[in-house]
Amino acid sequence: MAAGAEITNFTIDSVRRAIAERQTTASALAQDFYTRIRQEDPEIGAFLTLSEERAFAQAARIDQMAAAGAPLPPLAGVPVAIKDVMVTRGVRTTAGSKILENFVPPYDCTAVVRLEAAGAVVLGKLNCDEFAMGSSTENSAYHPVHNPRDKSRVPGGSSGGSAAAVAAGMAVATLGSDTGGSIRQPASFCGVVGLKPTYGRVSRYGLIAFASSLDHIGPFAKTVKEAALVLRTIAGRDPMDSTSADVPVPDYVAELEKPVQGLKVGVAREYFGDGLDPEVRAAVEAAIQKLAELGCEVVPVSLPHTEYAIPAYYIVATAEASSNLARYDGVRYGFRAPKSRTLSEMYRRTRDGGFGIEVKRRIMLGTYALSAGYYDAYYLKAQKVRTLLTRDFDEAFKKVDVIAAPTCPTPAFRLGEKVNDPLAMYLADIYTVTANLAGVPGISLPCGENHEKLPIGLQLFGRHFDEATLLRVAHSYERTA
Amino acid sequence: MKVNEKDVAYVADLANLELSEEERARMLRDLNSILQYIEHLNELNTDKVSPMAQVSDRHGVDESKQDGEHFAYAAREDVRNGLRESLSHDEALKNAPEADGTFFVVPKVIER
Repeated sequence: MAAGAEITNFTIDSVRRAIAERQTTASALAQDFYTRIRQEDPEIGAFLTLSEERAFAQAARIDQMAAAGAPLPPLAGVPVAIKDVMVTRGVRTTAGSKILENFVPPYDCTAVVRLEAAGAVVLGKLNCDEFAMGSSTENSAYHPVHNPRDKSRVPGGSSGGSAAAVAAGMAVATLGSDTGGSIRQPASFCGVVGLKPTYGRVSRYGLIAFASSLDHIGPFAKTVKEAALVLRTIAGRDPMDSTSADVPVPDYVAELEKPVQGLKVGVAREYFGDGLDPEVRAAVEAAIQKLAELGCEVVPVSLPHTEYAIPAYYIVATAEASSNLARYDGVRYGFRAPKSRTLSEMYRRTRDGGFGIEVKRRIMLGTYALSAGYYDAYYLKAQKVRTLLTRDFDEAFKKVDVIAAPTCPTPAFRLGEKVNDPLAMYLADIYTVTANLAGVPGISLPCGENHEKLPIGLQLFGRHFDEATLLRVAHSYERTA
Repeated sequence: MKVNEKDVAYVADLANLELSEEERARMLRDLNSILQYIEHLNELNTDKVSPMAQVSDRHGVDESKQDGEHFAYAAREDVRNGLRESLSHDEALKNAPEADGTFFVVPKVIER
């Protein structure tokens, strides 16, 4: 099979079927995807490392199963790729940072283990903002990622490589991480589906920590059904992550086909205020109208503390980051600045040379917010506002089953446009950070384009651990499009 | 201005960062602009609101109780079922910038 246009049409199901029916092999398919990556990625920049040895070993296992006529696992031979913040044994993992340029992890992230156990073939590691801190992937210490839909624009961030790889047909599905919108925002910018599950739904074991109480792992795919399949594979209790929840994992794919008639869709006016691009507003409102036509009842709700989400988020996230990133000290792994005379000089010079400016900025802000005299005014205050934001969702979900909103206030912005204005960059996450603070699941799926053919994302929020309803509503909308 | 040059130097020291002259100037400007935005939080009266450290606070169970419905903090299966295997010495040292085969090697700890 040639690496042509048809490769971009593969879905999880069609890959599995093609292998089961012996139309292709997992090895040939992996080869085709690597050929495509070599053709396309120089202009996109989604990949940081290719894991060919590991991919072909896994593909050979799948091909043996197929040759023996054994039943194939659900993701058999499916070419996937992983954001470079999830550790992979024997495959370099950088977190987009120079400080981990040569880091080869001795263990695997649980989500990656589960994908491979289900038959997926891991092609490589995907570019992202350094330590997942950013909204455009321009903070990668290696190179930026170009949006496949318009190469002069950013793919969003921080999981820009994960979104771009799916959009450009360089992987059938990918994993990303979402601390303040880092799955949903790039999914919206690149015109693909991105899902941030409930906090605790997917193990964080092996996810390089940015802000532990806000970090989530989730899938990117072209369709809601594929995102559901990947979620089913990676979800569920993991003894290696004490915050992973012991809640049964439903068969999300089977649940997709249940009717949506009578479900209540909440619309919060706080997500349609000043700063929302008129074309985005029109597309999202049209999508909500479609949901009404499908038989959902549209109900106004209020999330009154939404405007305080970004300031609360940037205190909580940076405070946790300043603590999590203290481990990069040049002793056990990663970069070490040469020729230091004392240990403390070595720490400072290592961190100065290893971290980029945005990471330093967040460490500084977080350290300040936690420092003596400011803890109550900033960190404690933000934690209290987090309670208020969570109560907003609790109240709303007494009345509705899902909440519909834009994913982002605008379509993809241009490379370089916000790079010197950190606050403007932070505001790109204005509609996504609340779900991280409250821990509720959120999905972004395409709902049209603006006049420049840039994709627009519809965001849906659900109740804690109710990804099934979220995916069902998303799937029924997707089918109308 | 909430933060001055002295604060930037103090916080950089706490965070084990050196920062160049140019970076310090940039931090001064950016921290002040971000903190000014964060001041909006003071519009909210939170006197009677309890702080939330993590989502699992709400779904979880009392840490003293085992086998809770959602989050089982105290239930360390890896420990309960016997200690899991740890990394070998060689593997643990493999990524070290400097090691002597037994230990991580660092510059002099005591400064004179």
